[in-house]
Amino acid sequence: MFFPSSEIEVVAILSEAKEPLSVAGGNTRVLAPSGSKIISTSKLSGVIDYEPGALTMIAKAGTPLSEIQKTLNSEGQCLAFDPYNWSRFINKKGSSTIGGVFAANVSGSSRLRVGAARDFLLGIRLVDGLGNIIQNGGRVMKNVTGYDLVKLFAGSWGTLGILTEVSFKVLPKPETEATIVIHGLNDQLALDAMIDATATPFDVSGLAHFPKQKETMIRVEGFENSVKYRVERLMEIFKQYREINTLDADKSMQVWRNISLLSSLKSNNDDLWRLSVKPTESTQIVQKTKFNDYFYDWGGGLIWGLASPNQDVREHVPAGYGHGTCLQTKSERIPMFHPYDGTISGIKEGIRKSFDPKQILNQYLVI
Amino acid sequence: MDIPLASTSRIEKKPELVEALKKVLPASSILEDKAETLAYECDALTAYRCPPMLVVLPETTAQVSEVLKLCHKMNIPVIPRGSGTSLAGGAMPSADSVVLGVSKMNSVLETDYRNRFIRVQSGLTNIGVTNAVEDNGYFYAPDPSSQLACAIAGNIGMNSGGAHCLKYGVTSNNLLGVKLVTMDGQILEIGGAAFDSNGLDLLSVVCGSEGQLGVVTEATLRILHKPEGALPVLIGFNSNEIAGQCVSNIIKAGILPVAIEFMDRPCIEATETFSCAGYPDCEALLIVEVEGSLDEIDEQIDKIMVIAKSLDPTDLRRAKDEEQANRIWLGRKSAFGAMGQIADYMCLDGTIPVNKLPYVLKCIGEMSKTYGLSVANVFHAGDGNMHPLILYDANKPGELTKCEEFGAEILRLCVEVGGCLTGEHGVGIEKRELMDYQFTADDIDAQLRIKDVFDSKWLLNPLKVFPLHHTEARRMAFNC
Repeated sequence: MFFPSSEIEVVAILSEAKEPLSVAGGNTRVLAPSGSKIISTSKLSGVIDYEPGALTMIAKAGTPLSEIQKTLNSEGQCLAFDPYNWSRFINKKGSSTIGGVFAANVSGSSRLRVGAARDFLLGIRLVDGLGNIIQNGGRVMKNVTGYDLVKLFAGSWGTLGILTEVSFKVLPKPETEATIVIHGLNDQLALDAMIDATATPFDVSGLAHFPKQKETMIRVEGFENSVKYRVERLMEIFKQYREINTLDADKSMQVWRNISLLSSLKSNNDDLWRLSVKPTESTQIVQKTKFNDYFYDWGGGLIWGLASPNQDVREHVPAGYGHGTCLQTKSERIPMFHPYDGTISGIKEGIRKSFDPKQILNQYLVI
Repeated sequence: MDIPLASTSRIEKKPELVEALKKVLPASSILEDKAETLAYECDALTAYRCPPMLVVLPETTAQVSEVLKLCHKMNIPVIPRGSGTSLAGGAMPSADSVVLGVSKMNSVLETDYRNRFIRVQSGLTNIGVTNAVEDNGYFYAPDPSSQLACAIAGNIGMNSGGAHCLKYGVTSNNLLGVKLVTMDGQILEIGGAAFDSNGLDLLSVVCGSEGQLGVVTEATLRILHKPEGALPVLIGFNSNEIAGQCVSNIIKAGILPVAIEFMDRPCIEATETFSCAGYPDCEALLIVEVEGSLDEIDEQIDKIMVIAKSLDPTDLRRAKDEEQANRIWLGRKSAFGAMGQIADYMCLDGTIPVNKLPYVLKCIGEMSKTYGLSVANVFHAGDGNMHPLILYDANKPGELTKCEEFGAEILRLCVEVGGCLTGEHGVGIEKRELMDYQFTADDIDAQLRIKDVFDSKWLLNPLKVFPLHHTEARRMAFNC
């Protein structure tokens, strides 16, 4: 295993490397196959620069997510995309890193309103597969200087290079929040309710549905009076539902924290699936997947599910309606990422080879 | 500006190319006459122009594919063009190239309110997108100043922004998918109605690639429900520093305005003469707009007023209704027109970290004296996207060159303080040679390798974005 403690050491390792290497951050999103040679970013750690007044932070890629969140919290700010954490299914001892969050483009429930992790990433420094140091983007919100490799690297899962430094946008924490809960809806009615909530000017920041509990969650965040006002207006819209109540800030925060940890899904031998789909198709897709347990987020745009081993549920996601990722399986037969058509695959492979001509980085991932 | 000589061997192929194009395009889609191609000699960067070999205006994605296949086979460069409103020369042709305009492809293909997207052909104007959905209470967020004319194709090419991106983001944050035709004529579907991309995010690299990776013929765009209302507040200050401080304090307080616009004294004076908006006599002026219900707007403006008052403003005006709002916006919206009345101007768009605003404005003031050219500053302060307008006289010999040198110095300063050369206009030909200030050779090479993958012959918009010395070998490989 390699534990480089500086960018120069990463350069040295990659320029000399001839054998495949698995890139590891905090070991919470995906685990390298056993026996593979690992290069870890855990010693590339620390916040480099934080400007609360400019809403930007720069940190080394291996900085623990918890440290980032603590630092932001001290200034009343946060990572607004509030990344999901599925480490319970992967490795209970892991600890997410900020580089890993961006490399896997992990976004949470707020993605509905504020955008994905990739939308907050402003700049990167990385070392490519040949050992070249490459910088792209910067630390400003608006930047169209040259190609946007920043977003290309967000979600590249370490297949194009090793991130050494990330610069990202942060936001002030909302003053308060509240969640409306509608009880007793089946999937289709819940989907309709969530879609109705998006068709309002009330800036809904979370829309989830739990089929087992038959609970549909609608969150608003912001200044106190504004939250109160929007909750009232939304309650009017949903007044036809008899069983409906509102959770105050503390309870609301707890609910969404549990969602971000996938708490409702029991960790067992099932495969863990994440489907990103056209919201209106979500219930139809779920019907065919035979998930043992599942829930919806992003107003139907995201489905988390547990399926019995060895079933590729992606066959139920029609072309053009989205894609699925298998985040935990014991089966070698199920590839992690959704297969795509021939021409696109040629371009993706071309890009991968252009950054990693020796074909050594995270070869076990077919992305 | 260094413009490489056109290839005569390519120009000699024109008759053969026209014959072949006639087999795949209607006659009305091929413009080869000098009088017809005149309008395509430049875009909104009018200081530079060049007649193209010919112009084609296909009507379908299939036709775009056929044109590209032909040009690919014959090694003819292609310059994709939306509406030609680029301020960076992104659509400027060379004499041995074919301009491919998407203006005839301007239909709305699908509106889906339940999934909050619209699918359009890329020749549709930016405002055309909002027009198509606003009766149902929706809008498309990116709103470049040229939105009445600029096409979605160009917005995607340049990753355009606008006044409201502080809250809503730029094009790449609102783009869900594209139909892209690569230089060899392959038609790719990238992204779609789902929130996230599958595997490597190709959409993000296509957006902002200035037409160098492919021709976008269709786009799936996020539409949002309109807020209940929006109102601005105008704040005058006696110094740029304090105005800059105010911007930073507002952002830090957790208020997320849709726009924070900044104008300095030269700009205020010019627009006042032009538009009589009744702006205060001050050194710096902020217009801060917030959204929501009337109560929500009040709550936010109250907070902004408290912040502003603590900084001793010269003037504080709160719009109570739409008419007052329009008066506040009047001067800002006519700023560019006002400057155009005074002189020729060059508009820059470097971005800087918000906390560096006062320092950068002071330096620009000093440079202005050194170069003997006036500068007016009007810009999107919330995200640090500056728009210094350098005034010059195009009829005075040497003044354009002096103006360009001044502009380059400002942009170098933007990079030095941690910013970038361009926040929303794109590099085009205008800032091409300055890229070496922001990027190392390795940084640039990583980008060139992306283009190699999409366009191995380097035929799509080849003279843009990158300093010519970096691309010469690649461009010359198929220059025959």
